[in-house]
Amino acid sequence: MNDSAPAIRLTAIDKHFGAVHANRGASLVVRDGEIHALVGENGAGKSTLMKILSGMMPTDSGTIEVHGRDVTGWDTSEAIDAGVGMVHQHFMLVPTLTVAENVVLGREPVSAGRFDRVRAVRDVESLCKQSGLDVPADRLVADLSVGEAQRVEILKLLYRGARVLLLDEPTAVLSPPEVAELWKVLRRLRDGGATIVLITHKLDEVMAVSENVTVMRAGATVEQMRTRDTSPEKIAKAMVGRDVDLTVRAGRSASDPTASAALDVRHLVVRGARVDRAVHDVSFRVAPGEILGIAGVEGNGQTELLEAIAGIRAVTSGEILLGAADITNRSVHTRGEAGLSHIPEDRHRRGLILDYSIADNLIFGQQHQFTSNGILLRDAILDHARSRIIEYDIRPTDPSLPARALSGGNQQKIVIAREMGRAFDVLLAAQPTRGVDVGAIEFIHAEIRKARDAGKAVLLVSAELKEVLTLSDRIGVMYGGRLVAMFSRAEASEEVIGPFMTGAKRELVA
Amino acid sequence: MHVALLFVRPSGSLAAPAPGGLDIGIVFDLGGRGDKSFNDGAYIGANRAVKELGARVRFVEPGEGSDREAGLRLLAAEGMKLVIGVGFIFTDDLTALANEYPGVAFAGVDFAVAIGPDGKPILPPKNVAALRFREEQGSFLVGAIAALVGGSKKVGFVGGMDTPLIHKFEAGYRAGVKEVCPDCEVLVQYAGVTPDAFRNPGRGKELALSQYQQGVNVIYHASGSTGLGVFEAARTMNRYAIGVDADQYQEAPGRVLTSMVKRVDNAVYDVILRVSENRFSGGIYNFGLAEDGVAYIYDDHNRALIPDNVRARVEALKAEVIAGRIAVPSSR
Amino acid sequence: MMNQRVRTMMEESVLPPLVALVVALVAGDLLIMAYGQAPGVVWRTLLEGTWGNSYGFGQVLYKATTLTCTGLAVAVGLRAGLFNIGAEGQLAAGGFGAAVVGLMLPAGTPWLIAVTLCVLAAALAGGAVGSVPGILRARFGAHEVIITIMLNFVVLALLNYLVSAKLHVPETLHTPEIHAGAVPRLSSAFAAFHGSAANWTIVIVLLAAALVWGFLFRTRAGYELRAVGLQSDAAEYAGIRSGRVWFNALTMSGALAGLGGINFVLGYKNYYEDGFTGGAGFLGIAVALIGRNNPVGVVLAALFFATLSQGGLAINAMVPKQIVEVLQGIVILAVATAVPEVRRLLRGSMQRRKASS
Repeated sequence: MNDSAPAIRLTAIDKHFGAVHANRGASLVVRDGEIHALVGENGAGKSTLMKILSGMMPTDSGTIEVHGRDVTGWDTSEAIDAGVGMVHQHFMLVPTLTVAENVVLGREPVSAGRFDRVRAVRDVESLCKQSGLDVPADRLVADLSVGEAQRVEILKLLYRGARVLLLDEPTAVLSPPEVAELWKVLRRLRDGGATIVLITHKLDEVMAVSENVTVMRAGATVEQMRTRDTSPEKIAKAMVGRDVDLTVRAGRSASDPTASAALDVRHLVVRGARVDRAVHDVSFRVAPGEILGIAGVEGNGQTELLEAIAGIRAVTSGEILLGAADITNRSVHTRGEAGLSHIPEDRHRRGLILDYSIADNLIFGQQHQFTSNGILLRDAILDHARSRIIEYDIRPTDPSLPARALSGGNQQKIVIAREMGRAFDVLLAAQPTRGVDVGAIEFIHAEIRKARDAGKAVLLVSAELKEVLTLSDRIGVMYGGRLVAMFSRAEASEEVIGPFMTGAKRELVA
Repeated sequence: MHVALLFVRPSGSLAAPAPGGLDIGIVFDLGGRGDKSFNDGAYIGANRAVKELGARVRFVEPGEGSDREAGLRLLAAEGMKLVIGVGFIFTDDLTALANEYPGVAFAGVDFAVAIGPDGKPILPPKNVAALRFREEQGSFLVGAIAALVGGSKKVGFVGGMDTPLIHKFEAGYRAGVKEVCPDCEVLVQYAGVTPDAFRNPGRGKELALSQYQQGVNVIYHASGSTGLGVFEAARTMNRYAIGVDADQYQEAPGRVLTSMVKRVDNAVYDVILRVSENRFSGGIYNFGLAEDGVAYIYDDHNRALIPDNVRARVEALKAEVIAGRIAVPSSR
Repeated sequence: MMNQRVRTMMEESVLPPLVALVVALVAGDLLIMAYGQAPGVVWRTLLEGTWGNSYGFGQVLYKATTLTCTGLAVAVGLRAGLFNIGAEGQLAAGGFGAAVVGLMLPAGTPWLIAVTLCVLAAALAGGAVGSVPGILRARFGAHEVIITIMLNFVVLALLNYLVSAKLHVPETLHTPEIHAGAVPRLSSAFAAFHGSAANWTIVIVLLAAALVWGFLFRTRAGYELRAVGLQSDAAEYAGIRSGRVWFNALTMSGALAGLGGINFVLGYKNYYEDGFTGGAGFLGIAVALIGRNNPVGVVLAALFFATLSQGGLAINAMVPKQIVEVLQGIVILAVATAVPEVRRLLRGSMQRRKASS
C-alpha cells in the first residue's frame, strides 16, 4: 500500500449545501487495482464525496489526488480525461439511440466529417468482448432491461478510457442474477487493472466483492477496514454508531385463512404505459393481520398493480374490494377515507413534494383533514408535524425545512410517518426501504410488523427478495404481469423463488 | 465596475436646456421615428426649425398608451414654449393638458375637431393649435392626374377604414377626376370598417387586382399599410398606383405615378415659426394647397410618368383652387 | 443554524435578482456610453423622473398597478405549472368588460355598487378568456402556451371590431366615457400626485395581491395548486385532480389579468381604448419570473418595471427608448439564468411536456 501512490487520495473534504453540511473533513484512500466499498447510511455523504471526486461539483476545502497528482478543483471532462468516471444511480442514457450510439456519444468516430456508424458498432462490440459486458450494440436503449442499461453506462466510461470507476448504488435496480453478473464484470475489470469504488449500504455486497471498505457517517469517514478482517456487524456498528440487530426474524405464522379479507383483488387487468396488459388477470386476498409480499424483478407489473389498487391507474377489468366495499372505480380520496394507506414506490416522484416543508409533506393526501372552510390550519399542521417528527425520529427536526434538504432515509420516514400515522386498514407498501440506510430499514421493517400485529392488512412489493422473505407471511411472485406463484412463509426461500422471478418456472395462481 | 462607469462623461452628452430659448417638445405617436410618414415629417420640420430658427427640440417616444399624456406633461412641466403631439390620437390628451398649462402653447397634428350640435366645429382650447390638412385638395389634383394619365375612362380608389376621414380623400379625388373627365367612372372600395383595414396589405392587393381587371389603369390609395398591397398589385399588373401621406415612390419604383403628401414638416415648422415670432394663437389651422400643406409629388423619379401637358393642366387646376375659383368638396 | 438559514435565504432568493440587476446596470452603462451620454447623469435623470418627484412616482404607481395584475396572473399559472401567455388579451377583455358595464349602468348608480360591478365585470371577462385554455387543457390536454398565445389574437381582434364598428366615438379608437364606476385619482386626496394617472384602483389591486398570497399559501386549494405545479405525479398520488386545478388556475389567472383593466378604464381614461394594454400582458411574464411567482415579489417587480418604463420617458431626451427596452430584456435574461427557481420551473414544465407527449 505504501510502495506507490494510491489511485485516489481524498483529504479533508468539506462541502456545504446551504444549511446542510454534507461532507465534514472526509478522507478516502483507494489502492490501485482494488474494489473498494464506500458504505454509510443515506445522507452520510457518500454520493457527495464521489461527485466531488468525479468533478461534478467543487469541494469547499480539502484536496483530491489521483495517482499522486493533485487535481483539486477539476471538472468532469478533466476527470474522464484522467480516467476517472462515475456510474450514477439514475442512468444518463438517450433512450431513442442505440447502445453503440449511446456509448460513443460525445466522442463519435468520424470518417470524412461524418459519423461512422459502422465503426462505432464495431468498436463497441469489441469493447463488450474485452470487458465481458454483454450488451447487443445495435439495440435501442429504450428496449434494454435495467441491468443492460447499467452495463451500457459502464461501457460508456470504458470507451472513454476510464481506469477508475465510481459506481453509485449499482445493485439498487438489479435482480439477484443480474447482481451476480455485475460482480463477475467488476472482478474481471479489476483483474484487468481497473480500480473500482462501490457506493452501497448493503453489507452482504461489501462482504462479497470488496477488498477494503471505508465507512462514512454524518459526512465524515469514520473507519477504513480490510474486508476480510471485518464482519457485517462491525461495519453496521460503524455506520450507525451503535449495535444493530441484523438477524432475520421469522414472520409470524400466517393468519387465520377463514377470516374475511381486508383487501380482495379479483381478476384484475391493468393497462401499462407500453403494454396492454401490464397486470394480467391477477387475483389475491390479504387478510387482516397479514403481510402479503409480492416478489419479482422490477417491471413485471408490480408498479401497475399497486397503482391500480391505490386509484392512480385505471382498471381495465376486474374488481378491487376493500373490506366489503367495492373501490374499483373510486377516487384516491374515497379510498383513503375507506381505510387505504399507500407508501408509493418513488418518493421523489410521487410520495413527496420535495419543495414543500416537512410539515406540509406530512399532511400530503390528508390535507382535507387539516382544513377548515378551505383554509389550512397552520397550527394544527405544525403540531401534527412536531409530534410525527419525534415519533418517527425524522431529522433534522425543523418542520419548516423543505423535504429536499433531507437524506433519503429521512425523506422516506416522512412518507412512513404520514401513511402509517393515520387511521387505515390496508397498507400498500411499495419498495418501502429503497435507497434507505440500515438504521432506517430496521425502523421501517419494525413499523410494518407493528401494523400487521395491530391487525392491519399489508401488501408489500419489493425488488429486494430478502426484504420480502424477511417480512411476509405469504409470498407471491409476479412475472410478465401475472401472479406466477404463491408460497407460505415456510415454503419460501431465495432458491425456490428465484426461478419464478426470472420466468424459468411458473405455476399460475388462480 | 458599474460604480466606476457612473462617473464617465462623454464629451457629446446633453446639457440641460437653458431658460429663455426657443424650446420645443414633440411627442411622437407609438410608431416613433422611422415610420416614413407623420413622425418623420414632424422630425424634418423640427430640424428645419433648429437650423433656421435656432430652436431647441426635445423628442419623446412613448412606449405605451398612457405615455402619450405623460410625455406631453413632462415637456409642458419642463417649461417648453410649445409642445406638439403627432397624430389624432393626442386630441383628448392635448385638450386636457392645455387647460392645465394655460401658459404653454400646444399643437396637435391631425387634431380631431368634433362637430357641435349646432353643426359648427367645436374650437380647441385657446392655447391649442389644431394642425389639419385639406387632404381633399391634394386628392383633387391626383384625381386629375389619374384621369389624365390613365386614359381608360376608369380610375380606382382604395380606402382603408370606411370613415369620414377617408371619405375626404375620396371626395376630393372624385372631384378631381370629374373635373378633367366628366364621363369617367371612379371605382371606390374600402378595406374594412375597423382600424385593421389600415394594416391589411392582402386585402389591399385583392381590391386593387379586381379594379385593374375591370379596366382601371390608376388606383389612388388612402389606406395606410394596406396600400402596400395596392403597390404590389400595380407591380404585377404593370399598372399605376398613387401614394398617400408621404412620397411612396420607393414602394414600387416606376409604378407609383405620384403621391399625395401631407406636409407635416411644413405644418410643424409653421407653428414653431409662429411661436418664435410671438404670434402663436390657438384655433384651427387648415393646411391646404395655398399653405403648402398638401401637395403632389413631381420630381426626378416620376417626371417621365407625367407628360408635360398633364403637368401644365394640373398646375393650372392648383392655381384655380388656391385662388378659390374651384371649391373642392370634403365629404361625399 | 438560524444564521445558516438566513444566509441560505440570502443566497437563494435575494442574491440572484441583485446580480441580475447589476449585470443589467453595467450593460446599460455601456449602451448609454455608446450613445455618447454620461451613465451617471442618465441614471440620475431616470430616478429623478420616477421616484424623485411625486408626479413621476404617481406614474410609476399607475404603471405598476396594471403590471401587478398581469404579473399575478402569470404567477398563479406558473404555480400550477402552466404558462399563461394570454394575459395581454385577458387584460384587454377585462378593460372592455369594465367599460361595457360602466356604459350600461345609469349615471346615478351608487358609487360603491357601480365600482363593484365594474370590477367584477373586468375579472369575469378576463376569467372567461382564461377559462378557454383551462377547459381545453383539462379536457383534451391541449398545450396552454399555444392556446393562450393564439387566443390573444382572437380576443384583441374581436375587441378591435366591437369598439371600432359598434362602440367608438367618431374619429377616435375609444368608447364613450362610462356613466358610472369611475374611480378617482390619487391626486383627489394627495394633491402632490397632481396630473399623474395613479388612482385608487391600486388599493383593489394590492388587495388582490394579498388575497392571491393567502390563497396560494393558506388555503387547501392553493396547497393543491402548488402541488400540481411542482410535481403533478405526486398530486395524482395524493388524490388531487390535476384537470380541475388546471382549469381553476387558468381561469383565476385570466381573472387577475382582466382585473388589471380597471386601472386604465375606471381609474384613468374612463373609457376603453383599442390597444390600451400596450404589452403590459406580456411584460407580466417578466414580472412574475422576477417576482419569483410570489405575490410580494410580483408587486416589487411590477414597481421595478414600471420605474424602467416611466424612467425611459424621462431619459428619452438623452437616449432612445429602445435602450430601456434592451435593459428590460437584459434583466429578464439575467434573472432567467441566475434564479435557480426559475430555471427549475422552466425545466420542470419542459419535462412535463415530454412526459405527457
